[in-house]
Amino acid sequence: MSKVLITIDGKGFLADSEKTVLEVARENHIYIPTLCNLEGIKPQGSCRICTCMIDGRMMTACTTPVNNGMVVVTKTDELDKLRSKIVELLFAEGNHFCPACERSGNCELQALAYLYKIMVPEFDYIFPNRDVDATHPKLILDHNRCILCKRCIRRKKEAENPTWFVFENRGNHVKINFDHELTADMDDEMAQKAMDTCPVGAIIRKEKGYDVPIGRRKYDLHPIGSDIEGKE
Amino acid sequence: MSEKQFQTPNRSHDGCGCGCSCDNSNIDAILAKYNNDRGRLMDILIELQDSEGCVGEEAIAKIAEVFNMSRVDVVQTLSFYHFFSQKYRGKYTVYLNDSAVAEMMGRDEIAKAFEEEVGCKFGSVNEDGNIGLFSTSCIGMNDQEPSAIINQRVFTKLTKEKVAKIVKGMKNGDDVEDLIGTDVQSNILLQGPILTKDTELGDAIRKAISMSPEEVIEEVKQSNLRGRGGAGFPTALKWRFCRNADGEKHYVFCNADEGEPGTFKDRVILTERPQLLFAGMTIAGYAIGSDEGILYLRYEYKFMEAQLKEVLQQLRDKNLLGKNITGKEGFDFDIRIQFGGGAYVCGEESALLESAEGKRGEPRDRPPFPVVKGYMQQPTAVNNVETFCSVAKIMHKGAKWYRSLGTLDSTGSKLVSVSGDCQRPGIYEIEWGFTVQDVLNLVGAKDVQAVQVGGPSGKCIAPNEFNRKLAYEDLATGGSIIVINNDRDLLNDIVLNFLDFFIEESCGSCVPCRAMTVQYKRKIEKILAGKGVKKDIDQMLSWEKVMHMNRCGLGQSACNPVISTIQNFRELYNSKLQKEEYVSQFDLAAAIKESCETAGRIPNLGGNHE
Ligand SMILES: Cc1cc2nc3c(=O)[nH]c(=O)nc-3n(C[C@H](O)[C@H](O)[C@H](O)COP(=O)(O)O)c2cc1C
Ligand code: SF4
Ligand code: SF4
Repeated sequence: MSKVLITIDGKGFLADSEKTVLEVARENHIYIPTLCNLEGIKPQGSCRICTCMIDGRMMTACTTPVNNGMVVVTKTDELDKLRSKIVELLFAEGNHFCPACERSGNCELQALAYLYKIMVPEFDYIFPNRDVDATHPKLILDHNRCILCKRCIRRKKEAENPTWFVFENRGNHVKINFDHELTADMDDEMAQKAMDTCPVGAIIRKEKGYDVPIGRRKYDLHPIGSDIEGKE
Repeated sequence: MSEKQFQTPNRSHDGCGCGCSCDNSNIDAILAKYNNDRGRLMDILIELQDSEGCVGEEAIAKIAEVFNMSRVDVVQTLSFYHFFSQKYRGKYTVYLNDSAVAEMMGRDEIAKAFEEEVGCKFGSVNEDGNIGLFSTSCIGMNDQEPSAIINQRVFTKLTKEKVAKIVKGMKNGDDVEDLIGTDVQSNILLQGPILTKDTELGDAIRKAISMSPEEVIEEVKQSNLRGRGGAGFPTALKWRFCRNADGEKHYVFCNADEGEPGTFKDRVILTERPQLLFAGMTIAGYAIGSDEGILYLRYEYKFMEAQLKEVLQQLRDKNLLGKNITGKEGFDFDIRIQFGGGAYVCGEESALLESAEGKRGEPRDRPPFPVVKGYMQQPTAVNNVETFCSVAKIMHKGAKWYRSLGTLDSTGSKLVSVSGDCQRPGIYEIEWGFTVQDVLNLVGAKDVQAVQVGGPSGKCIAPNEFNRKLAYEDLATGGSIIVINNDRDLLNDIVLNFLDFFIEESCGSCVPCRAMTVQYKRKIEKILAGKGVKKDIDQMLSWEKVMHMNRCGLGQSACNPVISTIQNFRELYNSKLQKEEYVSQFDLAAAIKESCETAGRIPNLGGNHE
């Protein structure tokens, strides 16, 4: 693996040429907010929140491989503003009633809203009419909370042959779905994995929930990104 | 032609499991026709939809079984495209265009006529399952609207009388061929260097292969040719990247998705000059080292299939396609047609490749670019129909000749498709550098309020800019010019229609593209309802930057209808706004009235509330 020299936020770093900007930033304790990204699954820049200025252009850090001499700016007031607009859009687009949500306190979307100190979105709430599918023995799929990041679809699929999770339709009608027949024998561990892949409360395990008390949930204790920045 | 080109399929609609009743007896044959190749899923879905009127549960299960896919995975592709449906769409399926120009030309009245004659609403199938009525985005007939596609065949300039005849024929079970005569017009109203027929069959190819591939690329470079699909990327540079990229195989793709509303020049080339296009693709094959070309043709143009296949066969017969072309040892090249399924975004080159691979037409992340990893992950050059035609002419008549046309930065000519409020809508091949006013004079446009240059993703300009030049360095255009006169309500007839188009056509991946377009629509509706305030305008302008975060050109330009009209028609917006800076939509006094009455309280609202 060859090495390249890149500049992130004014500092120089030696990086593996095969890595993405996001990976290199993370290794060096620079937090770039993400939603559709999850370590270990193939990135697909769909939430657009990790957009940075890369060589002067807006590009997603999760999909852009590093290049020798590349100059990256991960954080400016304007970038933060744009990112917070995306978070707001997601709240306006779906139906998020956090107090009743199993993922509250452990939800990446909610944590980003806290990070950006979002009070009321400047957007119209759409209040779409979306379904909850609780017909599967192990999982509940709550489309109201789905942010369409496709993490469940892109998750590495050793066990999933053929494909379990998919995207349907297009435009503002897109939604995720999964094959109930193929997943009928899913064990608890797999169900937990499916739930953990979801950044929000759209994929929820049945029969078990709310097991971490308020005050001790993941983002109750540390704001999102603090683990990467290393300043607990 | 003795046999009818457009027969009405015997959609028996029996037991397919979609709640309808078709029989799917032909599915094995269709799968076998495509060698049970997963990559040809689009073709399989098209044939099923066309023959059965739906792709029902049973068909989905069968495809899933043969390809070792899950059923939901088949639906994943199927549900992406307009023209595929899990629900039965009738023995005859009417797709009525709903583009802005169709609306301007009286689409609503035609839609009403269809609904009355057929006896069902748009978006549904009539009771006996005979006729389905559906809307669709621009079908490339803006110069002859209102128009509709019925079982692949296009019917233009619809009137109430024509609709009555068509519906009568459908109720009677007539072949689509016999409903009424179709009259898709080419309307070439100005010929330039590309459309002028001065290149004999084979001239351009022979010239090209008398040179080395590098020399061909160099000649194209000398011509300064830039892509005609909209982005204007230098063609020679694209080909060089592609030629130099490593791969097991290289591909040439022609982008004939032509989905930008108001563009129909590729349709005219495909019907009038297909030989020139295929020559250009063959030359590209020679230049980049490819033996396979694929013409990705939008489903809306399915009516051309027979003619195009005939032309391809003629070229093979003349050894202008196939093995050892024109006797040149080792130069093999052939072309096949790949149809789309109805999706504007598939015009974006990486989405086009995804679609051609039988998947959802979602644009890819870049890098890697298609020239490095394209179709089937192999180096692929994607070019527009007109670009290939230009290449053929450049080969035949030389780069120097080509450079003498147009402007310094924009050499050559451009086919523009003009439609809307003008006397002579149609195709005009102009040299780059013509002004908007020049074009308006050509087409006979009077009393013009605005001109939409480059379709919804382009710009809406006001008369004070009509002296601007059509050129990459000034007003770039992929070819769509829509004239809008003073009688039109710009916000309602144009901006809102375009926003609906983008909302409908977004692939749905990127958050701003999927969700912000809806927010823009809400704002325009608010302003049209007389409830807008200045802050709404400021917000819409501030959202433009968020739209630039989108992955592909669709999302990046989806706010253009709003932004360019705010910039160029600010007065129009201002005239619709309320005078106050901020008007609350929430009436506190009304909201608490009942509870106050119950509690016997007089609220102190501290303001000017009653
Ligand atoms: C949403 C979208 C739709 C597009 N539609 C078309 C199209 O219909 N035809 C086309 O040639 N290019 C279209 N393009 C541009 C293509 O991505 C690509 O740039 C072009 O085909 C390259 O060919 P050229 O270099 O010959 O112009 C579209 C781009 C976007 C973002
Ligand atoms: S998914 Fe997250 S943001 Fe949505 S309701 Fe649950 S906790 Fe709130
Ligand atoms: S910008 Fe829109 S159309 Fe393009 S990839 Fe993103 S969601 Fe899809």
